[in-house]
Amino acid sequence: MYRETEIVTDMGNDLVINVGPQHPATHGVLHLVITLNGETIKKVEPHLGYIHRSIEKMCESLTYRQFIYVTSRMDYLSAHINNHACALCIEKGLGLEIPPRAQAIRVLMDELTRIASHELWWGAMAMDLGAFTPFFHAFRERETITDIMEETCGARLTMNYMVPGGVMQDLHPSFQQKVKDFLVLYKRKIHEYDEMVTGNVIFQNRMKNVGYLSPEDAISYGVTGPSARGSGVKCDIRKLYPYEIYDKLQFDEVLETGGDSFARYMVRLREMNESIKIIEQLIDNIPEGDFQAKTKAVLKLPKGEFYTRVETARGELGVYIVSEGGTTPYRIKFRSPGFSNLSVLDHIARGSKLGDLVAMMGTLDLVIPDIDR
Amino acid sequence: MSAKQYISDVVNAVSSLLTGMKRTGYYFFHHKEIITEEYPDNRATLKMAERFKGEVVMPHDENNEHRCTGCTACELACPNGTIKVVTKFDITPEGKKKKAIDKLVYHLELCTLCNLCIESCPSDAIIMAQTFEHSVFNRAELTKVLNKPGSKIMEGVE
Repeated sequence: MYRETEIVTDMGNDLVINVGPQHPATHGVLHLVITLNGETIKKVEPHLGYIHRSIEKMCESLTYRQFIYVTSRMDYLSAHINNHACALCIEKGLGLEIPPRAQAIRVLMDELTRIASHELWWGAMAMDLGAFTPFFHAFRERETITDIMEETCGARLTMNYMVPGGVMQDLHPSFQQKVKDFLVLYKRKIHEYDEMVTGNVIFQNRMKNVGYLSPEDAISYGVTGPSARGSGVKCDIRKLYPYEIYDKLQFDEVLETGGDSFARYMVRLREMNESIKIIEQLIDNIPEGDFQAKTKAVLKLPKGEFYTRVETARGELGVYIVSEGGTTPYRIKFRSPGFSNLSVLDHIARGSKLGDLVAMMGTLDLVIPDIDR
Repeated sequence: MSAKQYISDVVNAVSSLLTGMKRTGYYFFHHKEIITEEYPDNRATLKMAERFKGEVVMPHDENNEHRCTGCTACELACPNGTIKVVTKFDITPEGKKKKAIDKLVYHLELCTLCNLCIESCPSDAIIMAQTFEHSVFNRAELTKVLNKPGSKIMEGVE
């Protein structure tokens, strides 16, 4: 995405400004070079690399058990789902059967993570647009989920709970009751989200008809996840290529056809309700049995290439492992959703006003460590 | 835009703003629903979750005995070289040489609290403690020796 800045001889009326890397409207160290004509955006050029930690290269020197924890640091808001993707890819290489209890726990944790991630996104996006109160309301519900995570996994953000063959520890005895309490709290509080933000006239005026993304462009830019489903593209990996027990669960793929920022916003809000549906189906039906399949102490993948993909809170995460038969992978590539979603920003921002850029960035739900890795 | 449309827009806008303000007003009068924890003041009552991963410690019993055999499984499992096991050879009463730990050095400054060492330990010698206030003035204080001075291995742990 970085290219040599063209030598500009005639600036005309253009004004080049930098948004970021340290800017209150960007959530991380994202550096956007924006060419403006008056207040109208002519070009958006993302410059990356400020939080590049060479995670893919690091993984090559770690064993198959060890590298999973690093992937929590990519998309830290859906750390569970990143770990899940890596564990699935290793299990595919080993040909492991996962016990049904471990599968149910994994799906439950994934969906809780998805709700936590969308809630943080909702609060942070409303804060970008100038509303500070929603941030605290979102964090109130998210706090309940992080407490559940803390009790079962031992950490609030970078859990490292998924291991090849299942999950690291069994569920905490109070897990089911706490999740049920959360479901009650969520249903009692979710209407506040609509009252405070969705129905607000200022919010609607800033979101509707802003940052239109057509379905064709969404596909050609590789946009996935809620950002693409806001344009009506069916891309939910949980439905298209079901993994774990997603094919046995009843839930809908949330689609909106608006294609603007408001449609992407509504997709995420409705997706939280779908995750609640999945949790409700599973929470009383967690099968008994082992939470981890028996594995060898040292894992060795057979020679070959393995690819799996999962649906994170932001879109499709692909994990590609090349194995030479040793204890460490020869090459790992992560296809991260944030990178592709960022690439469309230039396309949807052209011709709109600078103030609307924040709404577009907010609804694309960019997590910068996920883009840079 | 007709005048009628204009007025209805204004009415809708004001009503939507009032709906939001009603929520704010509700919490202004319902203090009990505020869940903020006042952290440094509630230290006495603060309970961390029992599985919370704070730092790696080695529990000792009242006879200053631990369960570590010095097998270096934790050192091999650690992704960042946080743990270094320094072993020595003890002479048993029968005159045989027996491997034992001299020091189990733990670098808290390198640790990512991933729990892999605890999982790999075959004799449950190390556990996670629930402490979390780790800030110190000198970085060297974060390098710890987990076994207490003069400690030895428990009877019956192989």
